[in-house]
Amino acid sequence: MLLIACPWCGEREELEFHYGGQAHVAHPAEPEGLSDSQWGEYLFVRDNPKGPFAERWSHSAGCRRWFNVVRHTVTHEILAVYPAGQPKPVILP
Amino acid sequence: MSDPFRLPHRPARRLPAGGRVDRSAPLRFTYDGTRYTGLRGDTLASALLANGVAGASPSLYRGRPRGIATAGVEEPNALVQVAGPGSEPMLLATTLELYEGLTATGLSGRGRLDPGPDPAVYDKMHLHTEVLVVGAGPAGLAAALAAGRSGARVVLVDDQPEPGGSLLAGHEEIDGVPALDWVAAVREELAARPGVRILTRSTATGYYDHNYLLVAEHRTDHLGPHPVPGVSRQRLWHIRARRVVLATGSHERPMVFAGNDLPGVMSAAAVRAYVNRYAVLPGHRAVVLTTNDHAYATALDLVAAGAEVSALVDTRPEPPAGLVDAARRAGIEVVTGSCVVGAYGDAAVAAVRTAALDADDAVTGPVRDLACDLLAVSGGWSPAVQLWSQAQGTTRYDEDLAAFVPARAAQHVDIVGAARGVLDLAGCLDGGFAAGAEAARSAGFPAAVPATPANSGDTRPSRPRPVWLVPGEDGDPSTWHDHFVDLQRDATVADVHRAVRAGMRSVEHIKRYTTIGTAHDQGKASAVSATGVIARLLGARTPGDVGTTTYRGPYVPVPFALLAGRERGPLFDPVRTTAIHPWHTAHGAVFENVGQWQRPRYFPLAGEDMDAAVLRECRAARAGVAVMDATTLGKIDVIGPDAGAFLNRVYTNAFARLAVNSARYGMMCRADGMVFDDGVTLRLAEDHYLMTTTTGNAAGVLDWLEEWLQTEWPELRVRLTSVTEQWATVAVVGPRSREVLGALVPDLDVSNDAFPFMTARETRLANGVEARICRISFSGELAFEINVASWYGLAVWESVIEAGRPLGITPYGTETMHVLRAEKGYPIVGQDTDGTVTPWTWAWSGSSPGRRTSSENARSDGATPAAATAGNSSACCRSTRPCCCRRARSWSPTPKRPCPSGRWDMSPPATAAPPSAAPSPWR
Amino acid sequence: MHPTVVMSNHVHVYVSQAHKGELVMGAGVDSYNGYGQRGSFHLIERQMAAALELFPVFARAHVLRTWGGIVDVTPDASPIIGPTPVGNLFLNCGWGTGGFKATPASGWVYAHAIATGEPHPLAEAFTLERFTTGALIDEHGAAAVAH
Ligand SMILES: Cc1cc2nc3c(=O)[nH]c(=O)nc-3n(C[C@H](O)[C@H](O)[C@H](O)COP(=O)(O)OP(=O)(O)OC[C@H]3O[C@@H](n4cnc5c(N)ncnc54)[C@H](O)[C@@H]3O)c2cc1C
Ligand SMILES: [Zn+2]
Repeated sequence: MLLIACPWCGEREELEFHYGGQAHVAHPAEPEGLSDSQWGEYLFVRDNPKGPFAERWSHSAGCRRWFNVVRHTVTHEILAVYPAGQPKPVILP
Repeated sequence: MSDPFRLPHRPARRLPAGGRVDRSAPLRFTYDGTRYTGLRGDTLASALLANGVAGASPSLYRGRPRGIATAGVEEPNALVQVAGPGSEPMLLATTLELYEGLTATGLSGRGRLDPGPDPAVYDKMHLHTEVLVVGAGPAGLAAALAAGRSGARVVLVDDQPEPGGSLLAGHEEIDGVPALDWVAAVREELAARPGVRILTRSTATGYYDHNYLLVAEHRTDHLGPHPVPGVSRQRLWHIRARRVVLATGSHERPMVFAGNDLPGVMSAAAVRAYVNRYAVLPGHRAVVLTTNDHAYATALDLVAAGAEVSALVDTRPEPPAGLVDAARRAGIEVVTGSCVVGAYGDAAVAAVRTAALDADDAVTGPVRDLACDLLAVSGGWSPAVQLWSQAQGTTRYDEDLAAFVPARAAQHVDIVGAARGVLDLAGCLDGGFAAGAEAARSAGFPAAVPATPANSGDTRPSRPRPVWLVPGEDGDPSTWHDHFVDLQRDATVADVHRAVRAGMRSVEHIKRYTTIGTAHDQGKASAVSATGVIARLLGARTPGDVGTTTYRGPYVPVPFALLAGRERGPLFDPVRTTAIHPWHTAHGAVFENVGQWQRPRYFPLAGEDMDAAVLRECRAARAGVAVMDATTLGKIDVIGPDAGAFLNRVYTNAFARLAVNSARYGMMCRADGMVFDDGVTLRLAEDHYLMTTTTGNAAGVLDWLEEWLQTEWPELRVRLTSVTEQWATVAVVGPRSREVLGALVPDLDVSNDAFPFMTARETRLANGVEARICRISFSGELAFEINVASWYGLAVWESVIEAGRPLGITPYGTETMHVLRAEKGYPIVGQDTDGTVTPWTWAWSGSSPGRRTSSENARSDGATPAAATAGNSSACCRSTRPCCCRRARSWSPTPKRPCPSGRWDMSPPATAAPPSAAPSPWR
Repeated sequence: MHPTVVMSNHVHVYVSQAHKGELVMGAGVDSYNGYGQRGSFHLIERQMAAALELFPVFARAHVLRTWGGIVDVTPDASPIIGPTPVGNLFLNCGWGTGGFKATPASGWVYAHAIATGEPHPLAEAFTLERFTTGALIDEHGAAAVAH
């Protein structure tokens, strides 16, 4: 059970949160201009690193705010928590 | 008259004095049908040994006689089934506290589940603490004391009934007093501190992410099998700790030689525990076999307790002189550089054979016979790193200790005492004090490191000499069928040899092939011995060269019921009911689960089956008037100046220009263009919409809306609130529904012109309740939905029934709703669709989302899929630009490999007419 | 003793019995991607509660060990089998929680793809291409319980 520090509520159990997948996947500015494969790329293709991963969480059973987390996918250590819309912090290996 | 509790004639094994047993509290118990007497403070195992009983059933596969081999959780043999209300299989005699009337049967590795209901209650507690200390031996007590003095919250857990750990089995001194007096003083000081909690009979079973530990507490098991009113039988503590100090001690390893499974072959540390803690002599004539210093104390204690020790066999050519001298002074023959190469006996060990070993562990010189009824074995010590490893800490093989010891921590955890390979008392206390203080400090509570009191255990043990595989007197490893590596699995050196010969090199593969370490004991004591055997057979030098298998929780087996806790029966899943539910129940509704909601499925009259009831209900809805509880539909308030713009983006059709008090059907798609949800949204004010969702998808839709609002369109001034439970909704359906409404709300003009389709009215019912009435329909009938605050739901439902009575108003459930909708060809998202249905496939399948359009009303809201996707809007779930559904449409016109069913072909079929504003098929 | 696998999508658990007598049970998947291979405890708790809903007789059976592995899940919870845009690279993956039982069939159609360079007719719909054509195959319902 992860312990996730919601930027608004503080540390809460994983059960209160909802996972939102990879962060910083920008919505294409001109979707209608994309080829099918570009559009498929946007919809379906995600990174899956063994290591630090920037991802989205929503405190769905709490304040319902979405925010970003950098989590190590092996140790599950949480390396950073930051509001949606902010750039991904530089995580030193 | 025969006394049923007469002891069988066996040599006295209970010592006249000493131990932690209460001689004034005899307890009667039954084992395998025979009655015995033990003492309070006994385990079932110690009581059996006191009665001269070997205490284990024959082995599972080979039927070999077995006996109690240890005194703790690592026990491989002594499995029992305990009788009682809620009989329990596969418990360990070595951890089962004796109580009056205990009735147990030995098990050969397999038990029986009680077919009756378990009368016990299991519960859970959630706890946060600064410091959690696991293990209340000297190291753990020291850590708890140091941390507790800082004022930090400290939890100390131990699986025994009392703290003390290994001190319970010895006679050390600390601070000039017997160690157990020191333990009592520490316990007293800790108990007096408000922030400290001591949990005894509590086993830390799991160590999960971010310092989350599970502790299984036995609360009433020591009192007997009957439930204690008001007290749960067992409790699962969920503990989140800032810092964890593991002081879990170590397990003594068995050794692998011929006949090492015979009853009477026992861990030397266990022998010492039986003698000192339980005041039981497990044998009268003992041989002690050791690879290290520790078993010398066992030998001396045996002699002191009156047993004969025929020989102490030490694998080391030159054990520490002081130990050897002490043993010899006690009259014990010390045989060095030697090993027991075989144990013999029919039902139990009767003799052992010893021989000298050379540096390569080969037998040199003559073999000698020694008669004995007890062989106490110390194959070395394996730090109990199970929890450490569960927490993803690494281990390394330490040559000096001949053990896997903790290396790198993966969480905020420290490990002290024997669990880190520190085997002297002084070192355990030093490490415990330092780690406890450091844990408190790093949790924000400055702490001093207490000075280690003087103690009797300040000599560092000298280097052990492990003998991983004791050679047989003849044959080769392929024939060593009585060299047991895993007693519960009856797995032998010959089995491991077969695996190695089959080409296996990885310890993980060999484990799976031989099933070593997978039985009830999970190889707690034997795993490293087994690794040693594998190393030898692979030609590796030490177990360090082959590595360990992964430790997985739970540390000890835990009943399913404990994990389930109170989440059983009605509490397994929350049951949601509407305000009108009591009426449904009182009127014989048959219910259906829709998500967590209970919805009436149909309302049978006396003698009706479902078909008859549904036909009757359908007829009422189509020809007269019927009423349905529609409360469970998800409802979301969408409020803010940009609410209309927001809805334009999340639906495939437009809402921004919807008139106040009007409703519109909308279809929602995921980014991949697949239909995700649908429903009617009502505009209540310029900046206030009320969205309805499908019953099962309400939470998912809210999440989805929040996601887009917060992450893609934070500039929109919109707030979302779930109001599903705030409103009760009564759908009045059928050609005569207007008459019912007329009676309910005499002041409201409900005529078609004054109250057209897809509009809403805020009004007050005749009974004074404020209501929002919408003219919308689920199933194509003339219909009205009455929405009132949930408090009034039941009363308003009853008044609808009352008002409709002259018209034969008929309540109906989901089954009828499905029939009515199917008849009209209205699909239900999530039931009739999956994640492969686009608005296009929906439209071209000939169905329509025309839910709440009305056959009576020629004025559909135009929300046919054709209009929704091809027609109008700048609406989009993705941006203000063309929506995902258009994207979906623009995907390659024909998938290159269409499924034979054409199910996901998203292009309009060539033969079908293109979408247009032509009349919808349901008009 | 159980002669068969029992699975409930409703309470989310599956149970089968091994020859040794032990029960093998499984259930949920973590919501997030990870390589920890340990299994989140709240899922295990939930699964045990679910098992007791199906079989109250299990109340005092004991959990011996727990395990979690990595499951490769595609966006539509269906496997990917067949050729790729990279010449001579063929995929058979994305089986999520159901790849054991499908092995004979998946191996068969996969071999066909490798041998001929073309997807087997039975597996045509399962190529990587569907994530550009949009012709998804939704198996989320079937894959809800690992089994
Ligand atoms: C806990 C759990 C329970 C499951 N239960 C079931 C079930 O009950 N029924 C069911 O049908 N399915 C079940 N599954 C799913 C099933 O295990 C998988 O779908 C299936 O094993 C996938 O087969 P695969 O051949 O694609 O991959 P895998 O079985 O994962 O095999 C991949 C192999 O490739 C090796 N490998 C990877 N990279 C390299 C490299 N660079 N070099 C060399 N070798 C490499 C790996 O070590 C591994 O041996 C379960 C999965 C898990 C995790
Ligand atoms: Zn929050």
